[in-house]
Amino acid sequence: MTPPLLEVRDLHVDIPMPYGRLHAVRGVSLSVDIAESVGLVGESGSGKSLTLRALLGLLPRPARIVSGTILIDGEDVTGLSAKQLKRRLTDTMSMIFQDSLTALNPVMRVGDQIAEVPLRKLGKSRSEAKAIAVGLMREVGIADPERRYQLYPHELSGGMRQRICIAIALSTKPRLILADEPTTALDVTIQAQVLGVLRQLKQEEQVGLLLVSHDLAVVSQTCSRLYVMYAGKVVESGDLVDLVTAPRHPYTFSLLRSVPDPDKRVARLLTIDGRPPDLTDPVTGCSFAPRCPFAEDACREAEPELAPAGSARLSACRRVDTAQRWTAMVEQEVSQEAVSRQ
Amino acid sequence: MSAVTTADPPASAAAGARRRRRRGRWNPPLISGLVLFGLIVACALCAPLLTSQDPIKQNLAQAFLAPGAPGHPLGTDSFGRDVLARMLYGARTDLQVGVLAVVSPFLIGSLIGLVAGWFGGWIDAVIGRVVDVVIAFPFLVLVIALVFAIGPGTTSIYVAITLVGWVAYCRIVRGQMLVAKEQEYAMAARASGLPTWRILLRHLLPNVVLQAVIFSMSDIVLTLLAIVTLGFLGLGVPPPTPDWGTMIQEGQQFILTKWYMSTIPGLAVVITGLALALIADGIVERANQ
Repeated sequence: MTPPLLEVRDLHVDIPMPYGRLHAVRGVSLSVDIAESVGLVGESGSGKSLTLRALLGLLPRPARIVSGTILIDGEDVTGLSAKQLKRRLTDTMSMIFQDSLTALNPVMRVGDQIAEVPLRKLGKSRSEAKAIAVGLMREVGIADPERRYQLYPHELSGGMRQRICIAIALSTKPRLILADEPTTALDVTIQAQVLGVLRQLKQEEQVGLLLVSHDLAVVSQTCSRLYVMYAGKVVESGDLVDLVTAPRHPYTFSLLRSVPDPDKRVARLLTIDGRPPDLTDPVTGCSFAPRCPFAEDACREAEPELAPAGSARLSACRRVDTAQRWTAMVEQEVSQEAVSRQ
Repeated sequence: MSAVTTADPPASAAAGARRRRRRGRWNPPLISGLVLFGLIVACALCAPLLTSQDPIKQNLAQAFLAPGAPGHPLGTDSFGRDVLARMLYGARTDLQVGVLAVVSPFLIGSLIGLVAGWFGGWIDAVIGRVVDVVIAFPFLVLVIALVFAIGPGTTSIYVAITLVGWVAYCRIVRGQMLVAKEQEYAMAARASGLPTWRILLRHLLPNVVLQAVIFSMSDIVLTLLAIVTLGFLGLGVPPPTPDWGTMIQEGQQFILTKWYMSTIPGLAVVITGLALALIADGIVERANQ
């Protein structure tokens, strides 16, 4: 079996605070195969963006990696010198960001921004680099690339800018694209187009995708495998279809049920009471226990580890019957409400 | 402008935007500032064509002529030198010293600020303390002390003003840099594995340098004033080279009877300052498009 393209083992990221340390990423492990699309979902502050940024050494100050191992093609790269590590990481991966307006240099023509890496890093001539840039623009679905090459970011629409960002990301010839909420700033139709571009790249160019999002709809359109993060940890992972149809972890379940489904009439959307734990305090027990309706004493005592739960599935919850019990609970509440209304 | 926009049919909104953009690119303050400054520069360059008089030739028999005297449109000074000629040739000295004494602090300060803002940590702390020390002294006191130490002359003016003036640019650029380096385009540039110097010079510098450029416009005026002050203290441009500062100082002794002797070069300083301020305004407006 070929080793995965990217594997992360036990990544810890800390943010020093005036009153202590915020343990933002607490031992995340994940892997992405060649040309695979993987989603990383969770709510704001779950550490998903930090995990992604840590992979390219782009943590915002003062956050820093405490420990963790990154393997590329099965080779541990964390032992390399800083320069070699940076080179190895940036050669393998590139990144696209949420806000395409701030992710582009406002005073540089978009075409020049795409041509920059071929010109400066890959040693192409000026005309070759320009040709590459125009080709990439065409590849990400920009019509009339020669004319748009000359434009500045503010002269383009949001969807067009995000395509430019994807073209820039592709200019390093990456094998994996890290995408941090790439469609959140776009409206739904443009969002679908941009996701289409990413899907197409995967099929045609064998470029893998690690997509961070809080939007399950976006992830389910693009990815085949999911990691669900909560409070700096992966709480559940597995095949997209398995995970969506039969979530094991109560957090995954409540996340799925809090999204409206136009095909299904639901009496009411699920909300998750409470809020995520403060990660400056040491977490004892399951981090989701305070918000979990099924938490038992055992859950509060020791933090459960990710354990195999079915084929290619991992879950950090001991229970097996979460979905059934939660569905039953919601239905009971709804019927009670119906009774009281009558 | 709004009246024009509303009078336009909505179909021409794009044309209106284009017109506004063009107006922003060449806005009235920018145009008038450039024209005014261009005229001053032209006067300086064409000095021999505009007057046949020698700016340093003395003629004590014809001293203290009032403006309008035959052959001396702006009169003569206490040594009988033609004021118009001294004004025109003085523009050469002052613009040259003013602009050059801004260019080097601008370059040095911006680069140091760029480095301080980007790397942070101890580099920033060290640079920050040096900047604090320089700023703790009044600008002129330090410049005067330095010129005094090095000895009068245009070179020592350049050196002194550079050694003191870079801190302002350093601070401006560093502050902008702290914002810019957290922008995603800086991160994106790092993510594509470009070398640091290239990220700094190609991606960040153009985005942070604008404030420094705007400041440099008023800094030229401040530098002119500093040179004037130095001239007043006998540390400026050595005589008999004509310069506006020395002319103001010379006229100052006769201010009660011959007010125009100081006023004419003073006006030149004011008009130059106005031209540069207009250019700065125009750049701001253009940048805000």
